[in-house]
Amino acid sequence: MASLELRGLAKSFGAQVVLDGIDLTVADGEMLVIVGASGCGKSTLLRLVAGLEQPSRGEVILDGRDITDRDPAERDIAMVFQNYALYPHMSVFQNMAFGLKIRGLPQADIRRRVGAAAEMLGLGDLLTRKPRALSGGQRQRVAMGRAIVREPKLFLFDEPLSNLDAKLRVQMRADIRRLQRRFAITSLYVTHDQVEAMTLGDRLVVMREGRAAQVATPMEVFARPADTYVAGFIGAPAMNFLPARLTAGGHGAALAAGPAILFADGPRPGPEGRGLTIGIRPEHVQLDPAGMAFAVDLVEPLGSETLVHGRLADGEGLVVKIAGQAPPGEALRVALPPAQLHVFDAGNGTRLEPETATVGPLAGLAVTG
Amino acid sequence: MRTRTDWLAHAVLGLGVVLFAFPVWLIFAGATQDAGAINRGDISLLPRLSHLGIFLSVLRNGDGANPTPVWHMLMISAGMALGIAIGKIVISLLSAYAVVFFRFPFRMLAFWTIFITLMLPVEVRIIPTYAVMADFHMINSFAGLTVPLLASATATLLLRQVFLAIPDELVEAARMDGAGPVRFLVSILIPVSAANLAALFVILFVYGWNQYLWPLLVATDPRLDTIVIGIVQLIDTGFTLTPWNTMMAMAVLAIIPPVIVVVAMQRWFVKGLTEVEK
Repeated sequence: MASLELRGLAKSFGAQVVLDGIDLTVADGEMLVIVGASGCGKSTLLRLVAGLEQPSRGEVILDGRDITDRDPAERDIAMVFQNYALYPHMSVFQNMAFGLKIRGLPQADIRRRVGAAAEMLGLGDLLTRKPRALSGGQRQRVAMGRAIVREPKLFLFDEPLSNLDAKLRVQMRADIRRLQRRFAITSLYVTHDQVEAMTLGDRLVVMREGRAAQVATPMEVFARPADTYVAGFIGAPAMNFLPARLTAGGHGAALAAGPAILFADGPRPGPEGRGLTIGIRPEHVQLDPAGMAFAVDLVEPLGSETLVHGRLADGEGLVVKIAGQAPPGEALRVALPPAQLHVFDAGNGTRLEPETATVGPLAGLAVTG
Repeated sequence: MRTRTDWLAHAVLGLGVVLFAFPVWLIFAGATQDAGAINRGDISLLPRLSHLGIFLSVLRNGDGANPTPVWHMLMISAGMALGIAIGKIVISLLSAYAVVFFRFPFRMLAFWTIFITLMLPVEVRIIPTYAVMADFHMINSFAGLTVPLLASATATLLLRQVFLAIPDELVEAARMDGAGPVRFLVSILIPVSAANLAALFVILFVYGWNQYLWPLLVATDPRLDTIVIGIVQLIDTGFTLTPWNTMMAMAVLAIIPPVIVVVAMQRWFVKGLTEVEK
């Protein structure tokens, strides 16, 4: 296993910029999950690392060596594809052995490696089967096995679970994580599923329009999203965003819906009246008889909890997640606990961190997570 | 209702079988009968079992008009049909492979040039083709029989469609596994499209087997007569009566090899049709 470094990796197809300069480091044994909406460039990034596409600019460095110009086969990288891409005419054994055979490994070695991988993945009894005689989960495991037997320096996963049904996906997710931890496999994992991203990754890369919007641990991304895009993308249901203005000398926000809220963690920089976007997750909004008026227009019971959609006094939409059942009635009152607020710039959407006493008033502008 | 539609379906099927099988039966029965009787129109639908030996004697000794025995004609036909079918498949496999999986200058120009030759079958270009073959001294040779028929736009187009349907991920997985172009062709592409290749082989074999105009022109040596040519040579020339029974016996023999090919390849068709990959 090895570490991977990407330096200023960029890719354009004609005039269309798909990747706009990505710098990333994946540590030895780390699982880095790249998450983003479709078309954000995450799959292209993976294909550049695999060598299936050539970058327009930048370098791919694996284990200290520049592999940017090498053929995919010479990179010592294995990839698990979304639709598994098993060779339909070969048995499970032949599928796993194909790459080793091309490499000219002795028969005995091939048999030993494939046998060990099959044992590990619970495919021992299926070695003579053809892919069409396997279930989706089994095919997925064969695809994993084909990658494992090569003992590569780096694993690439291209949405490997998206073709499985929900129950199997949860199980395979745990299996992948267990394997990856056990063998300390350096991995890049691409997905559009935020649950997969949160549960699998040591760190996350949230991508947007060819750029990395945030690179951090899953809990960091959840607790301190770098901008409104990341904040809205991670977490379900999505974070609520409310327009506000800076007030009280930077110590509070005046919501367009009415009340001013004082920040719990310190003042934000900028002039009085600066445009802000206040973010709050649905599960953090509280019902409070002394709070803002909240007109309910839809109630979605989920069993253990309830989603309540409605509007504030200024017409701004808000989703509230309540444990148990929602209280009856169309008119509720809600409060936004100051400790749970996320403060973003209204213009470019970047996160505004509180100024601390030791840092100058303008330093906070540069801190974007 | 159910039984009634079943009955109807079987009736239609039965009618189809009779329509297709009757002419074959007629030539089989006719082969065992007297040439004169057939000429008079007295063809019986019952074969004369005592005259079944005609098939063997025709096969061994020839038809009387041509010194070449029929088994030799069958060999020539089989060789020509196999050569054409295999040659066409090899050439179109490689050209379709190049057009679909490689990026090179004038790729689409090459493809469209192949495509346009669809409008130029042998019959249209027969005189220039003959001239070229004559310049190469390939008249009256086995190569002359097969080579001009080898290039095939139809097979190239068909294989191109088959290859286009192969998922990109499969190609990429093979690349990651370290398979080069030749390895990919041999270990992945050909096995994956085997059912289509088998179907193509049958069509091309029958096409080659039934060739008439080109062999008639290019091979005047009786040693190179195909079975189709051999049958046609027996037709009434004005001086002799057409030996219908001999002709029918040869026709029956001429049907057998294509039938064998179809039956042998049928297993592959069915496989190709039923084993759909998810």
